[in-house]
Amino acid sequence: MKSLILSVASRALMPTLLIVSFYVLWRGHNEPGGGFIGGLVAVLGLVIMSKAEGVRAARDFLRIEPLSLAAIGLGCSVVSGVWGYIVYGTVLKGVWPFITVAADGSKSGLPVGSIFLFDLGVYLVVIGGVLGMLFAMEEVVAPEPDEDETRDGGAG
Amino acid sequence: MRFLPALLAFMATAWFWSFLPAISAGETRSWAWAWLPDQGVELALRIDGLSLLFALLITGIGTLIFLYTAAYFRNDDRLPRLLTLLMLFGISMLGLVLADDAISLFVFWEGTTVTSFLLVGFDHNRRYARASALQALIITGLGGLALLAGLIILGQFAGTYRLSEMVLMGDAIRASEIYIAATIFVLLGCFTKSAQFPFHFWLPGAMAAPTPVSAYLHSATMVKAGVYLLMRMSPALGGTEIWMWSLTICGAITMIVGSVWAMKQDDLKLMLAHTTLMGLGALVMLLGSGTKEAAKAAVLFLLVHALYKAALFLSVGILDKQAGSRMVDDLGGLRGAMPLSFAIAALAALSMAGFPPFIGFIGKEVIYESALHSAASPLLVTGSALAANIMMVACAGLVAIKPYFGERRAQKNPGDPVFGLWFGPAVLAALGLWFGLFPAALGHDLLEPALGAVTGKAAEVKLYLWHGVNLPFLLSLLTFAAGIGLFLVIGAVRRALQAARVPGAEDGYDLGLAGIDRLSAWVTRSLQGGRMTVYLKLSFAVFAGVIWMAILMSNTELSRPDFRVPLFQFGVVVLILVSTVVVTFTPSRLIAICALGGVGSGIAMLFVMYGAIDVAMTQLLVEILVVVFFAIALLQLPRTPISLGFRPFDMALSVALGLGVIVTLWAVLGTELNLYLTEYFEKYSAPKALGRNIVNVILVDFRALDTLGEVSVVLIAAIAAVAVMRAGREARK
Repeated sequence: MKSLILSVASRALMPTLLIVSFYVLWRGHNEPGGGFIGGLVAVLGLVIMSKAEGVRAARDFLRIEPLSLAAIGLGCSVVSGVWGYIVYGTVLKGVWPFITVAADGSKSGLPVGSIFLFDLGVYLVVIGGVLGMLFAMEEVVAPEPDEDETRDGGAG
Repeated sequence: MRFLPALLAFMATAWFWSFLPAISAGETRSWAWAWLPDQGVELALRIDGLSLLFALLITGIGTLIFLYTAAYFRNDDRLPRLLTLLMLFGISMLGLVLADDAISLFVFWEGTTVTSFLLVGFDHNRRYARASALQALIITGLGGLALLAGLIILGQFAGTYRLSEMVLMGDAIRASEIYIAATIFVLLGCFTKSAQFPFHFWLPGAMAAPTPVSAYLHSATMVKAGVYLLMRMSPALGGTEIWMWSLTICGAITMIVGSVWAMKQDDLKLMLAHTTLMGLGALVMLLGSGTKEAAKAAVLFLLVHALYKAALFLSVGILDKQAGSRMVDDLGGLRGAMPLSFAIAALAALSMAGFPPFIGFIGKEVIYESALHSAASPLLVTGSALAANIMMVACAGLVAIKPYFGERRAQKNPGDPVFGLWFGPAVLAALGLWFGLFPAALGHDLLEPALGAVTGKAAEVKLYLWHGVNLPFLLSLLTFAAGIGLFLVIGAVRRALQAARVPGAEDGYDLGLAGIDRLSAWVTRSLQGGRMTVYLKLSFAVFAGVIWMAILMSNTELSRPDFRVPLFQFGVVVLILVSTVVVTFTPSRLIAICALGGVGSGIAMLFVMYGAIDVAMTQLLVEILVVVFFAIALLQLPRTPISLGFRPFDMALSVALGLGVIVTLWAVLGTELNLYLTEYFEKYSAPKALGRNIVNVILVDFRALDTLGEVSVVLIAAIAAVAVMRAGREARK
């Protein structure tokens, strides 16, 4: 059921969506976006790939089990919380290591810190969690014959 | 490596031993760390005479048991798990007896419950072990909850959670109105933990644990936790009628039931478990008497019982290991093949039967002495103690004489065990003799400070092997005579007992459990139809009910709606309405899904119009993904069209829910919007959290804890969903 058009389109769409998703994640703190939305955009990219090339190809592209990715994401968020605890004694308090506060109270520098790590965690959990369910569902509904099974079938 | 726990326990024993001079001089030691300062809860530890006695029992017997365990399981790869659990248990138990803070005590108390559960269910592939572990957990766990309630009531009344301060307020507590409630709750906790009637039945079941575990937890230490707490709390709660009678009666019944049931057991380990019930009952009964003499007897018997019972359990373990069985009828004549094991069993059994010059004899004398002066009922207490002790003599014979004399019987070729197996019980049995011969130092150094803690005032303990010819001595002679007589006819007694079928409290437990099972099965059948439509209907019905209840209970005034909205918005609303109608009336699943997508997109557009870009983006993306999910699921669904019969209940439900939501929203529009939070976030989002997108800042900074919870739920849901789907795929293969 592979479609050539979708396959070709996905080669352009998938990387674009992934880049957009990261951009959405990055700008989320100041403009509409953020980890949740970014994660959903990335999921769409991989959904297109899995529709065009098959779930196996999408899994191979991810290289890592989606649920593991989600677990890593949750780990990032937890680490971000602990980071705040270590620096300020308050769990999940934002830490901005690259921001300097001038005498008049204005802040400047690179706005990257524990908050971004937290949002990155959300991003990864959304990607991993949704893709995990989606791939599993797709494999149940339309299982792709894997090598072991074909060999079994041949022998039987 | 496998001897490390024993070494650690030995070091702990030595460390506690080093406190002995100071404690027996009447001092105490205490440490405290803040834990929940707002609630007045701390991790407070305190060593006084009673704690020290228990700590020495726990670490000392622990050392020997850990050594024994390492030998008993030496060729078993489960040894590390067993030792780890035993160590965890030992630590919890130590914490329990050292804790001075009621809440810390409860935490350690539950620690022993949980480790006991894991240890009883150690052979987790045996159904009986699992059921027994669960039974022990349910009974002691429920008691633990009652105990927590009791301790909190006491703590709130006393204004302190320090036990050492509570016990000084005994008179005030006894005079207060919380006394009855607090006492009942604390007693429930103690009685379940120490297996007092009517909660006694979990203890024999707990014998599903490996023998060293039973010796340690279910005879020498954990089941004494309830007794410990009764001792600890007696200055605060004791001395009243309710205390005296509930302890005396429950203790006496437990003692008699345990003794009678012990005689009929075939399994030596189960027999010992029932004699443990006898020991625990005796301790509780003595504590109920309320006299100083009785408290002294209790403290002494605690030590006596721990020594002989642990030794006997371990020697039954030796029989099991070396002779291949622990059934009374399978064993006999092993004296020649296992002389050392016989000597150990004999020493311990003589102490259990209370023969001189063992410490058991002194213990029994002191018990009779105090029973004759019991404040409750001398006749009842002395009578039941006498009956139980006679039966103990017979049981001691069954454990130490039956397997070693007579015709030689064994399941395999028996012989004395390795050092690790005989050392522990030998030390314990020898201590029983040593203390019997030299009781004075024991009484003064160890028991006197413990007694002081139980009675709340300084006390003197003078122990003698020879009391002279007095009434207790005569009772002892009667015990020996009757006990030996009973042992001679034990075969007939056992047959008679085994033939009798008496309903016990355990049947009540089974009935209760079966009732709960049936109830939950019924609830599950009614609520969990297993069909998506049933779940949805149920959820929506509850939702509609709640909404309408809220509407009807508040006197909502509906304002006149304002229809002056831009035309474009009307367009979106029409899109949503049309899509909804299509969803409801189309027979094609594909069209229904697309139309649902239309509803979602329309709502997303409304969000855009009101400036909620983030929400709109999320809504749109979720909408797209839902269509993808549905599309995949569609491949599995039947191709037949949806049947569109008229379903009045569903329609009524939809109308009720829809109207409810409309009325609620309408009412909300009429109220004044509280902008406090909005203004707060607008003001602080950029300067404090360095972000101008308030929605995102709320998600990842201000309310990050909520988000953390949500992403955890996403992950858990995904794991569950993937597992379910994989299971379905496996099943189909």
